[in-house]
Amino acid sequence: MNRVIAVFTKESFLVPLVAIILGLLTGAIAMLAGGFNPIKAYMSLLEKVFGNAYNFGETIRQITPLIFTGLSVAFAFRTGLFNIGAEGQFIVGMIASTAVGVSLDLPAYIHAPLAIIAGAVAGGLWGSIAGYLKAARGVNEVITSIMLNWVALYLANWVMNAFFVPSGQQRSEMIHDSAIITIGWLSTMFDSARLHWGTLIAVLAAIFFYVILWKTKSGYELRAVGLNPHASEYAGMNVNRNVVKAMFIGGMFAGIGGACEILGVFHYQAIMTAQPGYGFDGIAVALIGGNTPLGVVLGAILFGILTFGAAGMKFGAGVPVELIRVVIASVIFFVAAHGIVKIFVKPIMKKKKEGGN
Amino acid sequence: MDWGLIASNLVHDTIVFSTALIFASLGGLYSERSGVVNIALEGMMIIGAFTGAVITYAFQDSFAGGAPWIGFLAAGIAGAIFALPHAVASVTFKADQTVSGVALNFLAAGLSVYLTKIIFNGAGQTTTLSSVFGKWSIPVLHDIPYLGHAIFEAYPTSYLAFIMVFFTWYLVFKTPFGLRLRAVGEHPRAADTVGINVKKMRYMAVMISGALAAWGGATISLTTTSNFSHNTVSGQGFIAIAALIFGKWHPAGAMGAALFFGVAQAIKSLVQIFGLTKYVPTEFIFMLPYVLTILVMAGLVGRSNAPAALGKPYDTGSR
Repeated sequence: MNRVIAVFTKESFLVPLVAIILGLLTGAIAMLAGGFNPIKAYMSLLEKVFGNAYNFGETIRQITPLIFTGLSVAFAFRTGLFNIGAEGQFIVGMIASTAVGVSLDLPAYIHAPLAIIAGAVAGGLWGSIAGYLKAARGVNEVITSIMLNWVALYLANWVMNAFFVPSGQQRSEMIHDSAIITIGWLSTMFDSARLHWGTLIAVLAAIFFYVILWKTKSGYELRAVGLNPHASEYAGMNVNRNVVKAMFIGGMFAGIGGACEILGVFHYQAIMTAQPGYGFDGIAVALIGGNTPLGVVLGAILFGILTFGAAGMKFGAGVPVELIRVVIASVIFFVAAHGIVKIFVKPIMKKKKEGGN
Repeated sequence: MDWGLIASNLVHDTIVFSTALIFASLGGLYSERSGVVNIALEGMMIIGAFTGAVITYAFQDSFAGGAPWIGFLAAGIAGAIFALPHAVASVTFKADQTVSGVALNFLAAGLSVYLTKIIFNGAGQTTTLSSVFGKWSIPVLHDIPYLGHAIFEAYPTSYLAFIMVFFTWYLVFKTPFGLRLRAVGEHPRAADTVGINVKKMRYMAVMISGALAAWGGATISLTTTSNFSHNTVSGQGFIAIAALIFGKWHPAGAMGAALFFGVAQAIKSLVQIFGLTKYVPTEFIFMLPYVLTILVMAGLVGRSNAPAALGKPYDTGSR
């Protein structure tokens, strides 16, 4: 029992927890200022998510891409890089998997995996552009990856319009059945919520994340470069190669996320007027999860619930859905400025210390 | 085709589109010269664009022509206040400045649309403003063929931007305040030793940064778009950061870089006007400013001009 308490009073657990509470409080204040009832709003958020099988299934659908983009951001973080470009990597993953899904005719056991691999490679390459520019030219990866997000958005629309969208329409042709990864029986169980194999792949990706970083030599190098690039260089590691590698693998995670969104959820790609937003939320997920695979999965569950449940707040309490952006932003802020959070955590830590003596 | 007229239009539009970037990159300059990374310029611009539009909307019936000025001023104040959490996080609590900046960008994007929906009965954008800044023509000079239209017919905010460049240069390089600002960003320990309050300087710099970036945002909603929506700013804050880096953290350099990125935007609108979209897909034209930013950043040589203590929190006890 004491061990259980020890886990839950660890600082790495308490800081995000308090940050989440402070974030929700900030949201509540914003709601009060806007003349809404925050308790009613948060209740309707939960009711939306857990109210019926369909919405619960759709929440899982919402969580899945967040695991991928969260892993993408977290992986780069481990090598000391801030990958704000998960958004763009996600989008090029969508393009590649749509292209493979629409234009090829293959048996299902080859087609679907190939479409996912295409998404992974596209996302990886897109990520490594920022990695290469950082390594070879010393360009800040934050700015290049943000610019690449916009480029990816317009590139996606151009590719779709030029090759895959029938004239006069706003979305591509449907991908072939052989590339679809939706799980029919599970969907039926959840009142046709769009559940797909991508969720399982996301969990496997989290395990892959752990194994590669903590159980291989290559992962040791990646983490070493993140902790101290100078020492790593001195120890004979190739810092630049590791930077590109980290961005490639990070990009792969996001790219697979984009692919699964097409192959499992929509089965077509729409012309986009704005960024899908999963990449940006991935930053929040990675931060709240402390850049660990388990943390990312838990963070994705939280933010999946928040973003999907936001529609419930609109319906139940009239709160504009953007409020949830305010909550997420506040959580990121409090995780970044954990000094503020520690003021709140200190009494708990103190008590624990006294108890231990 | 009158090439003189085309060139004249191009310069004219370049100035229009550069204005916001000049304001924002100057904002970034204050913050980064003091040693605080400011990736939140985007969010500060969003807050400025939003506040400018809403306050102008509130006063346009009673003050007509004066309303945009009230909105513009209010935007600056809102920007400075909005920047405060970034200063608290990065100066007092020694947070990761990039992450704190990203949080503010998210906050601005969410909060502005949230408030817009509350104020305008659920609409995702403000009502189109009836009173916005009109262009000022400089007497006599604007009659010069081509050149007059290009340079001497501009929004008052554009003139203000150029004045601000000069003012910033003077303030940062010719006054004791500027010397302290730079000292804090280059070597905070030395600055502290000679009695400069490092934290106070950084707080001030970040708040000035917020005000200027917000003015940049307000120039967009109060001149070109005449309203505020979620995509009024669309990444210009990040282009402003690129301009600051490209301009080597110098006011004149930042202005030059902002004008350069302004050309990319101006070409975008010219191409649409002249019907070139038949030959070049619109998506590529939209991509242009972003691709150009990447190329410019990649082509930079001699890149270590950043203030030495940029991004490093100052700890009074450390060595």
